[in-house]
Amino acid sequence: MASTKVAPAQSDVAQKIAMYKSQFALRQFETRAYDLFLENYVKGTSHLSIGQEAIAAGVAAAMRPTDWTFATYRGHAHTLARGVPMTPVFAELMGRTNGLMAGKGGSMHLTSVEHGVMGSYAIIGAHLPIACGAAWSAQYRGTDQVAVAFFGDGSVNIGAFHEALNFAAVWKLPVIFFCENNLWMEYTRTSDVTAVVNPAADRASAYGLESIIIDGNDADEVYEVTSRAIARARAGDGPSMIEAKTYRHGGHSRADPGKYRPAEEIAEWMAKDPIPRYRLRLLESGVSESELLEIEAQVNAEVDDATEAAKAGGVPGEDLLMKDVWADGGAAWRN
Amino acid sequence: MAQLTFRESIARGIAQEMRRDESVVFLGEDVGAAGGVFKGTVGLLEEFGGIRVRDTPISEQAILGAAMGAAMTGLRPIAEIMFSDFFAVCWDIVANEIAKSRYMTNGQMSFPLVIRSGNGGGLRFGAQHSQSVENWAMMIPGLKVVVPSNAVDVIGLMAASIRDNDPVVFLEAKSLYSSKMDVPDGDIVDTLGSAKVLRQGSDATLVALGAMVPRALDAAEELATNGINCTVVDVRSLVPLDTATILREVSATGRLFTVEENPRLCGWGAEVTSIVADEVFYDLDGPIVRITTPHIPLPAADALEDLAIPSVERIVTTIHKSMNS
Repeated sequence: MASTKVAPAQSDVAQKIAMYKSQFALRQFETRAYDLFLENYVKGTSHLSIGQEAIAAGVAAAMRPTDWTFATYRGHAHTLARGVPMTPVFAELMGRTNGLMAGKGGSMHLTSVEHGVMGSYAIIGAHLPIACGAAWSAQYRGTDQVAVAFFGDGSVNIGAFHEALNFAAVWKLPVIFFCENNLWMEYTRTSDVTAVVNPAADRASAYGLESIIIDGNDADEVYEVTSRAIARARAGDGPSMIEAKTYRHGGHSRADPGKYRPAEEIAEWMAKDPIPRYRLRLLESGVSESELLEIEAQVNAEVDDATEAAKAGGVPGEDLLMKDVWADGGAAWRN
Repeated sequence: MAQLTFRESIARGIAQEMRRDESVVFLGEDVGAAGGVFKGTVGLLEEFGGIRVRDTPISEQAILGAAMGAAMTGLRPIAEIMFSDFFAVCWDIVANEIAKSRYMTNGQMSFPLVIRSGNGGGLRFGAQHSQSVENWAMMIPGLKVVVPSNAVDVIGLMAASIRDNDPVVFLEAKSLYSSKMDVPDGDIVDTLGSAKVLRQGSDATLVALGAMVPRALDAAEELATNGINCTVVDVRSLVPLDTATILREVSATGRLFTVEENPRLCGWGAEVTSIVADEVFYDLDGPIVRITTPHIPLPAADALEDLAIPSVERIVTTIHKSMNS
């Protein structure tokens, strides 16, 4: 099986610290989101990225503010990593008027166009062709914007994935297909229901793409490989697909304790937790413990403040219910 | 003034808007070099080039996904789904993604796009290439649904759909593609959500859509010779729906007959019927009658297909019987 060897990380110290802060913030946000569920502040469902933060942080660091993210229903981390503040995301989870979409989208549909977060999509694979469309628009208008579409290992067996890959290759679109392979397709082991070992990478050659597999728990590696793919897309050399091996520490969604996973597997991946690993790397490279503690304290305070600010938001009412079905702002379908 | 077929009007309408606005792009299967399987897009590739008029693989989800992604980032795409039956393989993108995303994002995104598609029967193509799916589209909040019945309306409603900032499902009755009419020179721009009264009578109001409009007109002609004078309303746009015109014309005659190509259950006429019953019930002089295709998959044989889709004869007989009972 082909795999791309990755050069050691070259990003500078300030950026590494920023990537650490981003990963730590994503972890603290998701942990708090889980607590808010237990306290019944957050209703419905939610899919946390705990354990997969290196991907969101590393990819976002490789993107320009004008680039586009297309996330899945496991999209809190990707949304925040593009710079969306915590308060409106917490508030959206809680269904408040100060939510990112005033409570009309919820956890699975986080969107912030001003940050280039062009939606989180809850139908598996649907956003892959949509990302192609954004990339086509950049290509047509002659901008050098790039679209990055995240998806899980479970998405590779749905038709839209294959349609999008072929389409992007044929039209040479500036789009990055980024597979977060966390080994589990909801409650089923992906390898039990997938014809190839590496769900995304082993399909790449079918679309004339390079097979790229990386350690998704290493933010530096994610950053480096994504940067290369983005540069290629900006240069007009077409799409790339990256498969990042990772693991979600919890279950698929709020309702799932994830007990179907063997204890040894969990232990193995907990030992590869991206955040302590990255922290240690920073310390070894000369960053001081006190600096990291200060960053962590800042993030924790931000999470606390954002939680309270979100809770203070209003409850949406009828005015929002009937708003924005149409571009004129309303919901009228007749005269 | 030139005589144009319905199919020629499609290319003319699209070309009119592509000349005016560089953000208008067009994609679909066989739409460029081949000029469309129904020859509705002949000449567009030659005039606008392969970057604006793009042939796609047979990937309906990719076609509509690409249209959606392009629309949310500033283009005004027109996407062709060759036969409306094929909506069944990409309905997620239409119903879950395009239709809902403005609302879900609290208005952060706009989807100024048109999905045009050959719709309905009459060409003996059988059950998977002949359905009338206007009722599928109509029931999804967030989609506008436009169905022209003649060449002039094709141009004007196409222009209005392209200029509209919401997603429009534009259904072209395949059985009308070869129909002809005189089309004025110059740009034509119509208005969505405006029904047209094509004929005025005092006895009954026929409300029809798409391919059923010429049949309703022919039926009205024949009924007039039997002393039943009918108003014929061309709905033209199911969403937005011009209920003001429909209600006014039903109140004026006291009778409503809908003429629908879609299969019976939950056809657009059922919604019209419900609105009329709610709002002008006391103006009615008799029962509301829906004339539809029965609730069956469409058969291929010409004799059977002709029995299924409302014919002029069936419209005349049904109205005659109802008016004289």
